[in-house]
Amino acid sequence: MYQFSSKLKISAIALMVIGFIGIVIGFVSAPSTEAEVAEILAHQASHGAHGAHAETSHDTKAHVEADTHKEEKHGHDAPAKEAHHTADKHQASHGHDKKAAHKEEVHHQETHGDHHLAHVLHQLQNRPWAAFFVALFFFTFITVVVFAFLNIQRVAQAGWSIVLFRVMEGISGFLPYVSVIFIIFLILTAMGANHLFVWMTEGVTDPTSPNFDAIIANKSGWLNTPRWLIFSIIYLVGWNVFRFLNRKHSLAQDNATDLFHYKKNYHFGVGFLAFFIFTSSMSVWDWIMGLDPHWFSTLFGWYVLATFLAAAITLIAMVTVYLKSKGYLEIVNDSHLHDLAKFMFGFSIFWTYLWFAQFMLIWYADMPEETVYYIQRFEDYKLLFLGMIPLNFILPVLLLVNSKFKRIPQIVLATGTIILVGHYIDVFVLIMPATVGDQWGFGFTEIGSVLFFLGMFIYAVFTTLSKAPLITKGNPFLHESEHFEYH
Amino acid sequence: MSTNKVIHALYNDDDVLMDAVKTVKKADHHIEEVFTPFPVHGLDKLLGLERSRLGICAFLYGLTGLSFAVWMTNYMMIEDWPQDIGGKPNFSWILNMPAFVPIMFELTVFFAAHLMVITFYMRSRIWPFKEAENPDPRTTDDIFLMEIPVHDNEEELTALLNTTNAVEIKVIEKH
Repeated sequence: MYQFSSKLKISAIALMVIGFIGIVIGFVSAPSTEAEVAEILAHQASHGAHGAHAETSHDTKAHVEADTHKEEKHGHDAPAKEAHHTADKHQASHGHDKKAAHKEEVHHQETHGDHHLAHVLHQLQNRPWAAFFVALFFFTFITVVVFAFLNIQRVAQAGWSIVLFRVMEGISGFLPYVSVIFIIFLILTAMGANHLFVWMTEGVTDPTSPNFDAIIANKSGWLNTPRWLIFSIIYLVGWNVFRFLNRKHSLAQDNATDLFHYKKNYHFGVGFLAFFIFTSSMSVWDWIMGLDPHWFSTLFGWYVLATFLAAAITLIAMVTVYLKSKGYLEIVNDSHLHDLAKFMFGFSIFWTYLWFAQFMLIWYADMPEETVYYIQRFEDYKLLFLGMIPLNFILPVLLLVNSKFKRIPQIVLATGTIILVGHYIDVFVLIMPATVGDQWGFGFTEIGSVLFFLGMFIYAVFTTLSKAPLITKGNPFLHESEHFEYH
Repeated sequence: MSTNKVIHALYNDDDVLMDAVKTVKKADHHIEEVFTPFPVHGLDKLLGLERSRLGICAFLYGLTGLSFAVWMTNYMMIEDWPQDIGGKPNFSWILNMPAFVPIMFELTVFFAAHLMVITFYMRSRIWPFKEAENPDPRTTDDIFLMEIPVHDNEEELTALLNTTNAVEIKVIEKH
């Protein structure tokens, strides 16, 4: 039996508390009126004009130029308000329209100043919500994909992975916790607590409204709030039901004398995988692609699934290495680790394949209604967007291509950290451009959200692990798995 | 003196062969060669053979193929005759890079695979019309054969091999 050490438990709770404070700071410091937004923009402009905060990824010259324009436009002196001391760091990268075209646009923007302010206000108000959503979605999907991998192993009657089943079940134990938060988040969103989904704005489907959007109106058969909310809850509840049944029969099989529960789990596994292959794509349309309702991509669902397959296997490997280092999984040998590392390697390449297939087809055909998606990411998120390639592809491939390296826990941990960071950035770049646009940053609210869910993850996973023996009994392939050896 | 003499010990089961290899190794005799009709799992480890470095070769060949593809696309599409083809940017190689990725990938795989196979043929000395080096035709079907060179210890070796459940033991003069 695994003992949840009090040190780890306290760290998990501390992470949750620190994360929660970060989230609260994010929500409190978000502006609520357009006047505040004007102040923030002026504040940024003053910093830009002094050239004090030449930031990383952006062309400093363009940045100063852009900010000077804003100062002209709003005619404010810079009130160095303390409340916005975080904002300057986040938004110093606010080089809005970067190139020469900007000069001509200034006049245009002056007349529509109010419109611009309302736009930025929505983006700034979205920021804590979007930051929370990135972490929430990342941890929910990674957990459900770990569960999907467990079911793949069951249905394929894999012989090597039986000794890792309890680790996978432990990670899946996070699903109910995170699903509750997810459902609350969905209901709040559906009630209009945030502006994450543009198509939920009032009047988008009403031809007489100034908010009318013909493209969204044509899609309203799918993009309507009641359908969205009901389907979302069906996905989450469905996944949880399968997880509950799987866990129940897995525990029951430990004390059984026949294979009844094993067979049950096999059939539930088949059912879950059939359910999951539809819901994984549909939930991603609803939760991620729905953020950009003017844009669509056919392989989007699989692309997001590939992201999480790589991250989920990594997570299994890292929890396994941790438990083994504490002396709890003696039966797990370096061949098991080798197999997990091979999956990390393989799915990293699979992710790259889908990432590139989606990007290259759109880049090559260059049809305006599709290309805007990548233009936005290239202009405002260049470092993150391109930084994913070394993190998610080049480094994992070079580090894990060697057969010996796959057996070294430290290398698996190091590569795993790189992969997890890379795929978090991937989710960040999926969600942020549509919700906060160029107002993105990495501050209290983003870090807080990650820490909050990380703490909750550690707490839930290791609590689940401590509730059952770490090796399942009664699985007909257990003996094979215990003696698994790969040359 | 019988410097060219070898002993052929024949077995009809891979487990028996493995035990025999262990026995002979333990008695500190050098095993020249083992012939089997199919791969015997773990035999290379027992014989103490070094790990193949074919994988490292393949990796380097892959890098060669990748470099070749980068050079080729850059020379043809950017340097030699940069035409405007369907509006694709040809001011620099990196601007048009996504269009070159399929050929970069394929040439990497092509070089890695083919050069690795040719390396394998060369190192294993296999080519068309090569004379088969088969000491006993039955080893291609169901018999395992272990070849041990004899250095004035024929009696001792035969006695040792007799304890290993060999189906046949032959002393052969190699020419």
